Amino acid sequence: MSEPLLSVDGISKSYAGVRALSDASFSVNRGEVHAIVGENGAGKSTLIKIITGAVQNDEGSIHFNGSTLTENSPAISKKIGIAPIYQQPSLFPELSVAENLTFGSHTGFLGLIDWKKRRAISKDLLGRIGAKIDVDATASTLSMPQQQLVEIARALDSQAKLFIFDEPTASLSEEDTRNLFDVIRGLKNAGAGIVYISHRLEELPIIADRVTVLRDGRTIETRSIEGVTSEELVRLMVGRELSAVFPKRDVQKGEVRFELKALSSRSAGIHNVNLSVRAGEIVGVSGLVGAGRTELAKVIFGLEPKDSGEIIKDGIAVTIGHPIEAISHGIAYLPEDRRRHGVVLDLPISANITLASLKNLTSLKGMSFSFARERKIAAEYTRRLGVKTQDIHSSVSTLSGGNQQKVALSRWLMTEPTVLILDEPTQGIDVGAKSEIHELMMELAEKGVAIVLISSELPEILGMSDRIAVMNKGTIVTIFDRSEASQDSILAAALGHDKEGA
Amino acid sequence: MIVGVAAPEFFSPSNIRDLVINNAPLMLIAIGMTFVILTGQIDISVGSQFAVCSIVCGLLAKAGVPMLILIPLMLVIGGLLGSINGYLVGYLRLPSIVVTLAMLVVLRDTLRWLTEGAWVQGLPDSFQWFGLSQGRGELLIVLVVLVIFAIAAFALANLSSGRNIYAVGSDAEAARLTGVDARRVTALVFVLLGSLTGLAALLNAVRFNAIPGNAGIGFELKAIAAVVVGGAAISGGRGRLLGTLIGVALLGTIGTALTFLGINPFWEKAIQGAIILAALVAEVVLGRLENNGRSRNTSSAAA
Repeated sequence: MSEPLLSVDGISKSYAGVRALSDASFSVNRGEVHAIVGENGAGKSTLIKIITGAVQNDEGSIHFNGSTLTENSPAISKKIGIAPIYQQPSLFPELSVAENLTFGSHTGFLGLIDWKKRRAISKDLLGRIGAKIDVDATASTLSMPQQQLVEIARALDSQAKLFIFDEPTASLSEEDTRNLFDVIRGLKNAGAGIVYISHRLEELPIIADRVTVLRDGRTIETRSIEGVTSEELVRLMVGRELSAVFPKRDVQKGEVRFELKALSSRSAGIHNVNLSVRAGEIVGVSGLVGAGRTELAKVIFGLEPKDSGEIIKDGIAVTIGHPIEAISHGIAYLPEDRRRHGVVLDLPISANITLASLKNLTSLKGMSFSFARERKIAAEYTRRLGVKTQDIHSSVSTLSGGNQQKVALSRWLMTEPTVLILDEPTQGIDVGAKSEIHELMMELAEKGVAIVLISSELPEILGMSDRIAVMNKGTIVTIFDRSEASQDSILAAALGHDKEGA
Repeated sequence: MIVGVAAPEFFSPSNIRDLVINNAPLMLIAIGMTFVILTGQIDISVGSQFAVCSIVCGLLAKAGVPMLILIPLMLVIGGLLGSINGYLVGYLRLPSIVVTLAMLVVLRDTLRWLTEGAWVQGLPDSFQWFGLSQGRGELLIVLVVLVIFAIAAFALANLSSGRNIYAVGSDAEAARLTGVDARRVTALVFVLLGSLTGLAALLNAVRFNAIPGNAGIGFELKAIAAVVVGGAAISGGRGRLLGTLIGVALLGTIGTALTFLGINPFWEKAIQGAIILAALVAEVVLGRLENNGRSRNTSSAAA
């Protein structure tokens, strides 16, 4: 039995009195894909940072490739063959793919660069992982999955022995995920060790060999992936039996709150969209990248102009030229990009929550603002939604993804919407927070809010929707009822297999 | 072209020669400024640095320092001035616009206070035109600038130290992760600019027999304008020295061109400004078109 490639024993780390990790351990063998799962705050990122040397551990030891690491830093870990691949690729946008791939290495005397050699090396590296990317392309023109592949190729160049993937599939389509898995399998077969962190538990049986569950900074269990179910993993991650992640209940549907008739917008790239949503109903919107889901939401919310068609709210046709008008009609939109559009990172939690309803807190024609009322309202919402924070005045950037999303949601709940559009609401959020957000959705539906749920996670769409609208090339091609939908039928419709003219 | 048609005297050899010589110091400064802007920073104190270096150069010449020593000495003095900016921006991470704005004021006012605006006069004969004839002296100036331009352009394209500059300007954090010392690169480009400014001061001073007490006013704007018009992105990471050359040529000739066309030369600043605006707008518009394509690629995943 050969020694593991990476062995992490009894790692502890505290930040200013808060224990991020205590006695965390796991090991990775050559040619193994080892998954690490855990809620946000369980210590996954801290553990990875310690392995790559970005952060120093207080206790415990790391053994890599046969020797113990006495000191560590990003430069050292890179040199010995540890390659982290983060969720957001960090390439140089203005430089070419070839330059990005070979940056900092393969330089000659006095730093002289042989461009021909570098381009040849780059072509070879990309070929090794089967990526069809032009080495002369500017990095900023690549899509995100392509940038990810370039990062992997770059790691290959530095003779990486251990690859650490941190949420690599969070923003990938099904096809890109499959490509990535092929690449990972290739790396594995060539003898590399892979650490794979993901919230998408359903992916693990496909790609991982073993899985380690972290909770509250310690290793709970390490198991072979065979026979492990998502429920078991969730139970281990959360420490208690979680009532379903998709707490769907039957809700009495009311009148049609919201209707779209032949809605078209050239700038948004949508045409002839027809949809109706009733009070208490959750309509899921599915489709491939570029199908027009977010664009549709933007037209409804007034972020993109409509060219023709009608938006009908409670039986009356309305014009919405600006989000302010949408809000005044009781429509709320939770955007997809949480960090850039969902919350204002630098502002405190309390300010984020009241941001869309400031006129409720001002008097004297906007000259007097009530901070006391803001505090009260913020405290109430953070309690109601279960936002884990010590201080509502701290900046939102200190919260985990799930909690940030709850703050964003609070902002829209405060506007008391009758129609709520959610765009990828649980993307990149751990299971515990996910189910809490789904529970909130159900409560809102029970209160009569009409909900539109845009999501790329099929289990979420199937688990939460009453009806499912599938978009393709800017229009809705099919609407399934909950009972008749399945992963396959949705995918087929999304790919346009009913030969609808485009 | 318009000018050429309207006033063929513009293209006379003597005029072209004058234009080249007049703008040689600006070209040197613009080269250094290109480096700074490529890293995503800016230096608006170069005009004041130029003034200080000019006076210092004159005083040293008067004190009898021979030309052969004076040349490298000016590089060092300029570099030292630049290193102040370099340290504050590169290592203390202060915003370059604020730091160099402060330096602009501090340097010029300190100079004014010390010299009371007096010009340095009575420069030794061996100083003017390097002690050579005017023709030879002018040739030397042009050669120096061409050689430095060639070295700089080569370094930016083919040396890893040059590529590091692009990397830091493109994404300083990614550069750090690759092992590039972004602080050092940032600091060094300011030192480089300072050195080139010192040399430019010398090259400019040898043309006259006295050094004005208020040299270089407006140089920083001209240099930055030349770099931006030449196509470098003000946010860093993009741009080529060839562009800067075109920029200098364009902006440096406006004044003279206007005179030849019989237009009031006071329009020069206005036209300069208009050209800068046009270049910036073009960059933003082209950038937006590119961005729209890019954001569609990184939007949400498929079902």
